[in-house]
Amino acid sequence: MSAAQGIGVGEQQAHEDRQRDQGPSDPSRPGRRRLTPYLLLLPGMAWLAFFFIVPLVTLLSTSTQTRPAGAEIGVFTQTFRFSNYADAISGYAATFGRSFGYAFIATALALAISYPLAYAIAFKAGRWRNLLLVLVVAPFFVSFLLRTIAWKQILADDGWVVSSMKWLNIIGPQDHVINSAPAVVIGITYNFLPFMILPIYASLERVDPRLMEAAGDLYANALTTMRKVTFPLSLPGVVAGTLLTFIPAAGDYINSALLGNRDTTMVGNVIDSRFLKVVDYPTAAVLSVTLMASILVLVSIYIRRAGTEELV
Amino acid sequence: MTTAAGDGGQDLMLEGVTKTFGSFTAVDDLTLTIPSGSFFALLGPSGCGKTTTLRMVAGLEEPTAGTIRIGGDDVTHARPYKRPVNTVFQSYALFPHLDIFENVAFGLRRRGTKQVKAQVDEALELVELGGMARRKPAQLSGGQQQRVALARAIVNRPAVLLLDEPLGALDLKLRRQMQIELKRIQTEVGLTFIHVTHDQEEAMTMADTIAVMNAGHVEQMGGPTDLYESPMTTFVANFLGQSNLIRATVSGTDGDGLVLEVHGQKVAMPAARRASGQDDLLIGVRPEKIQLAQAGESTERLGSNVLPGAVVTDASFTGVSTQYLVRMPWGQELMVFAQNLGVAGVLRPGAKVDLHWDPAHTFALDGSLDVNAGVERTEGTTPAPVG
Amino acid sequence: MSPRRWLGRNAIRIYAVLAFSYLFIPVLYTFVFSFNDSAKSNLTWKGFTLDKWAHPCGAPDVCPALVTSLKIGFLATIIATALGTMIAFALARHRFRGRTATNLTIFLPMATPEVVLGASLLALFLNLHVSLGFTTIVIAHVMFCISFVVVTVKARIAGLDPRLEQAAMDLYANEWQTFRRITLPLVTPGIAAGALLAFSLSFDDFIITNFNSGDVNTFPKFVWVSSLRGIPAQANVIASAVFLFAFLAVLVGQLATARKKREA
Repeated sequence: MSAAQGIGVGEQQAHEDRQRDQGPSDPSRPGRRRLTPYLLLLPGMAWLAFFFIVPLVTLLSTSTQTRPAGAEIGVFTQTFRFSNYADAISGYAATFGRSFGYAFIATALALAISYPLAYAIAFKAGRWRNLLLVLVVAPFFVSFLLRTIAWKQILADDGWVVSSMKWLNIIGPQDHVINSAPAVVIGITYNFLPFMILPIYASLERVDPRLMEAAGDLYANALTTMRKVTFPLSLPGVVAGTLLTFIPAAGDYINSALLGNRDTTMVGNVIDSRFLKVVDYPTAAVLSVTLMASILVLVSIYIRRAGTEELV
Repeated sequence: MTTAAGDGGQDLMLEGVTKTFGSFTAVDDLTLTIPSGSFFALLGPSGCGKTTTLRMVAGLEEPTAGTIRIGGDDVTHARPYKRPVNTVFQSYALFPHLDIFENVAFGLRRRGTKQVKAQVDEALELVELGGMARRKPAQLSGGQQQRVALARAIVNRPAVLLLDEPLGALDLKLRRQMQIELKRIQTEVGLTFIHVTHDQEEAMTMADTIAVMNAGHVEQMGGPTDLYESPMTTFVANFLGQSNLIRATVSGTDGDGLVLEVHGQKVAMPAARRASGQDDLLIGVRPEKIQLAQAGESTERLGSNVLPGAVVTDASFTGVSTQYLVRMPWGQELMVFAQNLGVAGVLRPGAKVDLHWDPAHTFALDGSLDVNAGVERTEGTTPAPVG
Repeated sequence: MSPRRWLGRNAIRIYAVLAFSYLFIPVLYTFVFSFNDSAKSNLTWKGFTLDKWAHPCGAPDVCPALVTSLKIGFLATIIATALGTMIAFALARHRFRGRTATNLTIFLPMATPEVVLGASLLALFLNLHVSLGFTTIVIAHVMFCISFVVVTVKARIAGLDPRLEQAAMDLYANEWQTFRRITLPLVTPGIAAGALLAFSLSFDDFIITNFNSGDVNTFPKFVWVSSLRGIPAQANVIASAVFLFAFLAVLVGQLATARKKREA
């Protein structure tokens, strides 16, 4: 067979395979079938359009409003005051830094804690695997507020945990565990552990154990195998897990409210208070828009570097 | 239980059927008639368009041009559920959430048939899965699933039953068994079977008629014996079994025979077995038709065509036969199969031999055809040069 | 085996045990304190009692909040599952223009911090002078649940062998019958999973709810509000009950699947 025929056959085979896989492909059939996808999409996408897209646009528009002099509380007019952004960002720069900092540390901690656990479940669990996965998710069945409050009480100054730590001289007699930055970070880490464990587990589970055996056969010790074979193969899960942790963590404020103090305020706290307590919608809107924009920027840089492109 | 084997009213006719995907032609102007009640095979290598053709008959693919008629009814653009056609899929496609009974009953129920149970039981008996009605597909072995897929199609007594490489996933022994089974069932039930396969042995074993397809068109169509003994193109000659193809030129006639010149030797063949009007031909002889004669042997009972001066280069004893490779004086290597009759010993490489064969076993093809068409190549081997 | 080798071999198992304990500590704490004989504040241990379990609705506002959460959960789940499933089918089975925009619109809510989701929706409601309450909560919940349903159902549809539907049509089932008898039953586990996910997200949601609820109390909001003056032990009871129920349900589900597999 000549090369051209060979290529032709390859194409034919590819087409035959594709045709096997796809359903009836009828681009020639007009009318009702063409309309179906749009009808299916309409209700859901309309909902998202009205209650997600439009609100974001509203947020954008609110962010440039100002309160006219002498107006009542809660009344703002559109003035296209873009300097709102400069004001808010410079005023709350530290808060932003803190939010991203906490989120980053929490994510790193979550990764460190979750990876060995996911590894254990994937490779060392045998038939208990499903049960262990249930156990990973189970704590979520208790409201996260209650769990965070539980930590608050467990780590309270007069609780026996802290008392023991003082007794063992791990911390000084005047130190607090609760109401501090470390407590907030630990709280955030704890909250998002399942989000980190499950994607990593899913990735590890797909790794063919024979690859690890092959590495051993080729003179790699356990650590090298992990470094050069297992970890790179689990990277998609790691990327997914870190995104699923970092994004909500950056916007969190519950942990800071319950476990922190006045110096641990995160952007979320400010947005919450600006919206619901101090009625300063423009500032709140500015902060929200900035938060979301920064997250999107960070995420796209991260994804591009990590190389994974599929999100949905 | 058996249906009369076709009444001619249910012939399948394809006329000018073409399927293109963009700039690529999968099926090129295909015209054939498949008589009702026959076991018909579409044979060809991967990518030749046989599966696409099958899917067009089933209605899972629409032809770009041409018509498909079943018993005179034009079904070219009819939806699959409107055609009297059922398919046995290569992957069986059994419905995993239904048990075997409901799987087999599916087509009957959609058509509103009464007495579903009786027919389903009968179909399961036919494929020898009587007691399995309440199991789920996942609980069955590959061979059993394949039989369920068959029962599910047959129970509807379609005018045409399509089988898309149904035996591909089975191991050798099971495959052989199922080939015999399928043939038996087809004869018993009398339906038209169209079997798509790339396995030429399978096609030759089971089919009444074979259409050899290559690159979207039919190279040759006929009974297994016809195709094997009298191929009309190099593709068919190479695809079905092995062939030795040697360049020759017509040098004259002798009654109703031809005289040809092959590298200085004269050989004869019946003029009727010549598939091309050209004088530059490729003559072919199947390896099992050639006899090897050593120097000094009596050649009385051997065929009268002779090509002398060959040397054995390889001898593989397979038990049933010995497969020889012999190098001819002009450098070409030919294949010879010697049946193990226990009479002669195995010739060793280096032995000098002459090739004999009966002229009636010669076939001649157009010399301009690609001598390597249809050869199934394994990695790394190069086809033997043709002298 | 020397102790050191034993340690090396089992290090990861020991670690797993420690990690799981860490995960469950607050759960255990919540559970234990549901038995606390406390009056108003549940901060210090006063004594063991089954009282709170006997009268889970004893503390004011607890049960109404729970009922509201359940109502919202069911409503939001039904709507979000219906809408999300339709979108999933459109994405997985049809060709249409604007695919990228659709995918993006579905992905974005999952990537947006809850603060922004809640705040922006609040901004919309304020601008339209819509009064906040039960309806606005449901609207908000449906909004953020749709994406999760789409992802879950779409994955399930994608895993469906298209040849099954071809086989159905080959066996005289038209498009609607094929959908009803083959596609839908096989996709249902995915739809159920999506619905379950939506319900869990809705039931446990606080941040978005807080922004859009006005005076209406859901269970998480109740916990938050009462965390200042003292969470009654009944809240712990309810949370523990929910936990046990969900945990047992999942276990039973797992055992049933395992038994089914063994029977095959």
